[in-house]
Amino acid sequence: MIDPKEIRERMKIPKQPMGEQEPMERIKNFYEVPHGYTEEQAIEEARRCIQCKNPLCVDGCPVGIDIPYFIRLIEEGKFIEAARKLKETNGLPAVCGRVCPQEDQCERVCIIGKKGEPVAIGRLEKFAADYEREHGEVTIPNIPKWTGKKVAVVGGGPAGLTAAGDLVKMGHRVTVFEALHTPGGVLMYGIPEFRLPKKIVESEVDYLRKMGVDIQCNSVVGKLDTIDELLSEDYDAVFVGSGAGLPYFMNIPGENLVGVYSANEFLTRVNLMKAFQFPEYDTPVLKGKRVAVIGGGNTAMDAARTALRLCPEEVSIIYRRSREELPAREEEIHHGEEEGLVFRLLHNPIKFTGNDDGRLTAIECVKMELGEPDDSGRRRPIVIEGSEFTLDCDVAILSIGNGANPLIQQTSPDIKTNKWGNITIDQDTGRTSKKGVFAGGDIVRGGSTVILAMGDARRAANSIDEYLKTGQW
Amino acid sequence: MFEITEKKKLAHLVYQFKIKAPSIAKKREAGQFVILRMNEHGERIPLTIADSDNEAGTITVIVQEVGRSTMLLSGLDAGDTILDVVGPLGMPTHIENFGRAVCVGGGIGTAVTFPIGAALKEAGNEVISIIGSRTKELLILEEEMRSVSDELLVTTDDGSYGHHGFVTDVLKNLLDDKKKPVDIVIAVGPVPMMRAVAEVTRPYKVKTLASLNPIMVDGTGMCGACRVTIAGEVKFVCVDGPEFDAHDTDFDELIMRNRSYFKEEKTATEEYAYHQGQGGCCDEKKTDA
Ligand SMILES: Cc1cc2nc3c(=O)[nH]c(=O)nc-3n(C[C@H](O)[C@H](O)[C@H](O)COP(=O)(O)OP(=O)(O)OC[C@H]3O[C@@H](n4cnc5c(N)ncnc54)[C@H](O)[C@@H]3O)c2cc1C
Ligand code: SF4
Ligand code: FES
Repeated sequence: MIDPKEIRERMKIPKQPMGEQEPMERIKNFYEVPHGYTEEQAIEEARRCIQCKNPLCVDGCPVGIDIPYFIRLIEEGKFIEAARKLKETNGLPAVCGRVCPQEDQCERVCIIGKKGEPVAIGRLEKFAADYEREHGEVTIPNIPKWTGKKVAVVGGGPAGLTAAGDLVKMGHRVTVFEALHTPGGVLMYGIPEFRLPKKIVESEVDYLRKMGVDIQCNSVVGKLDTIDELLSEDYDAVFVGSGAGLPYFMNIPGENLVGVYSANEFLTRVNLMKAFQFPEYDTPVLKGKRVAVIGGGNTAMDAARTALRLCPEEVSIIYRRSREELPAREEEIHHGEEEGLVFRLLHNPIKFTGNDDGRLTAIECVKMELGEPDDSGRRRPIVIEGSEFTLDCDVAILSIGNGANPLIQQTSPDIKTNKWGNITIDQDTGRTSKKGVFAGGDIVRGGSTVILAMGDARRAANSIDEYLKTGQW
Repeated sequence: MFEITEKKKLAHLVYQFKIKAPSIAKKREAGQFVILRMNEHGERIPLTIADSDNEAGTITVIVQEVGRSTMLLSGLDAGDTILDVVGPLGMPTHIENFGRAVCVGGGIGTAVTFPIGAALKEAGNEVISIIGSRTKELLILEEEMRSVSDELLVTTDDGSYGHHGFVTDVLKNLLDDKKKPVDIVIAVGPVPMMRAVAEVTRPYKVKTLASLNPIMVDGTGMCGACRVTIAGEVKFVCVDGPEFDAHDTDFDELIMRNRSYFKEEKTATEEYAYHQGQGGCCDEKKTDA
């Protein structure tokens, strides 16, 4: 489509930088770190795309967004159309533009990236979605006549919300049951404001409500109605998107001392309950003077950067492998480093110690070295004998992963799970072992990503639609 | 929004509320709790469901004013609303015919012993209840407890009513009665009281349950704020409890963890009191009004 000469021209355009808050400024607030592209920057960045005939980026996208198409619309200044194009395949582009690991997906395989920096697909996605929202151009699609069928969705995280949106657009009636007082799942309680402003999640939820999705908060399925009751009373099918919300602890001494948090608790207090505005908001959190976050994933990075913004003297990451193995996104690590996070790599805690009041005062750690690769292909960390030392610290945040939330399993034992308690499904249809019940997202995958949860939900919504039409299981 | 349909003062700083929540009323069983959030700025606080009325679609909760959130709740009246109520949470009390069951309620913990006592009675147990408080004015649910018990024993620390002393004194007398062995003891009250009950029953090897009241956030097993150590193992009270074998419970740890936000709570309560135009946090006249 684009002639070779022009391709060469386009390849000379440098990647457009994204303005962001200065590190020393932003650690004093909870506002979003990047400012986002201006219209001119977005158009310029869009011009870097050479509109491949066989776009590799699309293969790299877990939901197969028509990336060159939406980028071309941006280049042509058709921002609203670009946003609508995105929404055809991705219900939450403003969210995904911010939290997707693009460097492992579309941007990793973008052809421009072979020689230089790939097209900033994520930033363009964010730009288009924000433009649409900020210009009040969000339109509610026409909803077909009611099919007479009702679907219950368990959990209001990205999986549940995506399934709900798709199903309502197919003409089914949908009720989302959410245990917490606000829908959004991890988007509300886990991912911090400075990475994903809550008003964006709220406006997505608002959009679903306008399309007719009924969202019932404060409703714990299994404690109020069980899945069997939902199926026998009112609903023709159920989608379970209840997430991976059961934090693991390390089972080492002193773990219940005051000041030791799970990342879920720490983040929920600060994000969902707004403890950073205590006492204006009623929920407190211990801010600490010296904070240690244990783990190296995105959740650890979020917890650490959140802790930094509560202004302690030091926040460190304790991780048992080296920097190379840190599972967190490069961008998050980079932001953390800029903000002054201390990385204690190849370290592992063995004991928490406290004072007479049961408050944490220190962590005993050992140093590690890397040995042979293990099953996961990563080099196994081994304790260096005699390397024990004590690290003073009054708040520790454990971020070593989550198990499956057991509430559904307790009351619906006929939904098959694997040995970790995750629901097993048929990959293509999202069907569980129980008739009429589908599942997707973290409850199936364990800790995963927003986009994969959404992809699961979309597939499940399609097969729910088919099941409701044919009645065939 | 959940409407308060009735408010009643039970004792000094202790109030009973009926809250309209039909789906919770329909499902709840003895021993379960709800989590409330008063308003947009509110924290999530767990309260045991003391009773429910399926026909009226209401649940009953009993609160004692101890901090900002409970002060806020106590200030509400019939017709006012609470933003969020979620439940029923936790495992219901395991009820069966044990034989001779002793329910021990200390202070506002009696609000929890009441539904458990009622369920035990209905299951055919001989129910002996011991309820205690610091002083006569603080005693709650005496009549209600009497109505579900074969025998009701009352204690006050200061001797202003009933037996002068602690619930554990009376409990020990019951346990010493060789002719009428006790089959199970269920204790609910301040943590030191439950710890004391566990110590009293331990030498007698009588099965003893305690209903634990740790700090909670979500109440669905997502955060681990409510973790306790039971027989050396970590448990989440909101999903595994709230009742556990008292002989296995690390009460000292629970006491420590419950004091996590001691300082912050003081700030919050003072702040609240300040905005209410009160001098201090526990101004009696104002809070009674
Ligand atoms: C701190 C943190 C940071 C992350 N950062 C990223 C990132 O940058 N990029 C990325 O792609 N992914 C990230 N993830 C992972 C991502 O958030 C999850 O993969 C995704 O949210 C999973 O979506 P879900 O809908 O399956 O589950 P969840 O988001 O967990 O939602 C499940 C919902 O179900 C509700 N629920 C549970 N049980 C019941 C019940 N019985 N009845 C009613 N409701 C129930 C829960 O309250 C919750 O709201 C992060 C995760 C965390 C914790
Ligand atoms: S691979 Fe890169 S250059 Fe090619 S279409 Fe996708 S974004 Fe554009
Ligand atoms: S209150 Fe969060 S896990 Fe129990």
